[in-house]
Amino acid sequence: MKVLVAVKRAIDPNIKVRVKTDGSDVELAGVKMALNPFCEIAVEEAIRLKERGIAQEVVVVTVGGSAAQEQLRVALALGADRALLVELPGPLEPLNVAKALTRVVERERPDLVLFGKQAIDQENSQTGQMLAQLAGLPQATCASALSHAAGEWIVEREIDGGRQTVALRSPAVVTCDLRLNEPRYASLPAIMKAKKKPLEMLDGTALGIATKTHTRLLGVQPPIQRSAGIRVQSVDELVSHLKQRAGVL
Amino acid sequence: MATLILAEQHQGQLKAGTANVVMAARELAQPIELLLIGPGAAAAAEQAAALVGVDRVLVVETAAPCAPESQAELIAGLAGRQPGQLLAEASVQGRSVLPRVAALLDVGMIAEVIGIDSPTVFRRPIYAGNAIARIESLDEVQVLTIRASAFAPAEQGEPPCPIVRLEQALLPTASRVVSEVLSTSARPELGSARVVVSGGRGLGSRENFALVERVADRLGGAVGASRAAVDAGFAGNDLQVGQTGKHVAPDLYVAVGISGAIQHLAGMSGSKIIVAINQDAEAPITQVADYTLVADLFQALPDLERAL
Repeated sequence: MKVLVAVKRAIDPNIKVRVKTDGSDVELAGVKMALNPFCEIAVEEAIRLKERGIAQEVVVVTVGGSAAQEQLRVALALGADRALLVELPGPLEPLNVAKALTRVVERERPDLVLFGKQAIDQENSQTGQMLAQLAGLPQATCASALSHAAGEWIVEREIDGGRQTVALRSPAVVTCDLRLNEPRYASLPAIMKAKKKPLEMLDGTALGIATKTHTRLLGVQPPIQRSAGIRVQSVDELVSHLKQRAGVL
Repeated sequence: MATLILAEQHQGQLKAGTANVVMAARELAQPIELLLIGPGAAAAAEQAAALVGVDRVLVVETAAPCAPESQAELIAGLAGRQPGQLLAEASVQGRSVLPRVAALLDVGMIAEVIGIDSPTVFRRPIYAGNAIARIESLDEVQVLTIRASAFAPAEQGEPPCPIVRLEQALLPTASRVVSEVLSTSARPELGSARVVVSGGRGLGSRENFALVERVADRLGGAVGASRAAVDAGFAGNDLQVGQTGKHVAPDLYVAVGISGAIQHLAGMSGSKIIVAINQDAEAPITQVADYTLVADLFQALPDLERAL
């Protein structure tokens, strides 16, 4: 079986982003970029499926500019077999990315498409579900466990108020939540080996992907900053503040 | 023009966050239709019909749980009739279904809306809440998920609006629900509770976490947890507050033994009053807390329970 993992290049999760002084957007010039943490979990899960003998091939794909090759190499170093980069001009809105990925799914015919449940930059949490719709596939979001039995993907999901297990006929789309696995680190030999693994560049325009602009960013503001309040010395002092000053009790 | 809300219910009980989504919809100043799908939809319709601002409740009662695939087809059929807005709570279900609807309608989707500036201009947090983006929709139909904690709940009013039962044959799908385990709790829903008491790694064990639950119960509040506490097995995954869990903005948020990682702050920094109870006087949570008590948690929590 073949697993396709769609990944995103995003800001390094350890970096606190700042709003540009003119309020036009956040400052990304010179900021360290990384593989989105949830995408890392998706790559890890695909590699584990291969290690368990369920999958034979792991293909990793991203949509965007050529700089994203860096993140594809990371995925290859973690254990993916080959990589695809669909170069797409214009705004990388989820629906446009999903349209590009639909072409890749048509070409690759995977048995499973894995996504991170969200990216830590725009936090849209849309692309996997949109691809599932466009490609006519069933979906399970927020996966915390994944297995395969009798032609179905069995997915445990973290839902509001508890857990749910669903069975999806293959092929299917699954988006990965935090507790699905703990991603490994790439070893130095694996990083060296990844440089020789195939990475194919695809021209999005040549693939005939019709992108549209659906939204316009009007501006970005920093959030309202909270400042540290007061230190109380005892539980009684805390309760009296909450009753008298804050009025929340 | 009309606004359609995809509402959620479980076993005939309307999800509390629905009232907050209705309040957001009211800002769009269009007739509001509210759609309920699945087993129990008809029973929940009565509660939905009493929410002030709702003009019509549409009900699709089904025998089995309805997969996101078939829900999306149904909603797109209803929402695609005319320009307007389609809303759902930014819950796991809303985030699962609405992107499919947007793809079907070939429109963009704006997720986690916390403010409505006009019928086509919205505010939403990005980068773990470190920036708030103002976004204009250029489509004819706006598909939005609403962060419930950013809007007040719509009142329960009277008389109830009309309830219309739709006879829709849902297409069979390639997915099915095998099982569902939902925590049954008498406590209020985390996303819309007035008081939230959350515990972190500092509690040390699942048994100790009960100290947090007892304080929450004294206050009639909901229980939350940091990611560290959930990962350590102290609390269920559905209690996680933060960037990737629930977003809360209660009147009172009590963080017990929570250091205050940026991802946690993203989920609760909109709270009106924040209390930090921590052994570490330098924990980042103290930088955003209105009141900080540096104390031994295992003394402070029982003391607090008694003092309330």
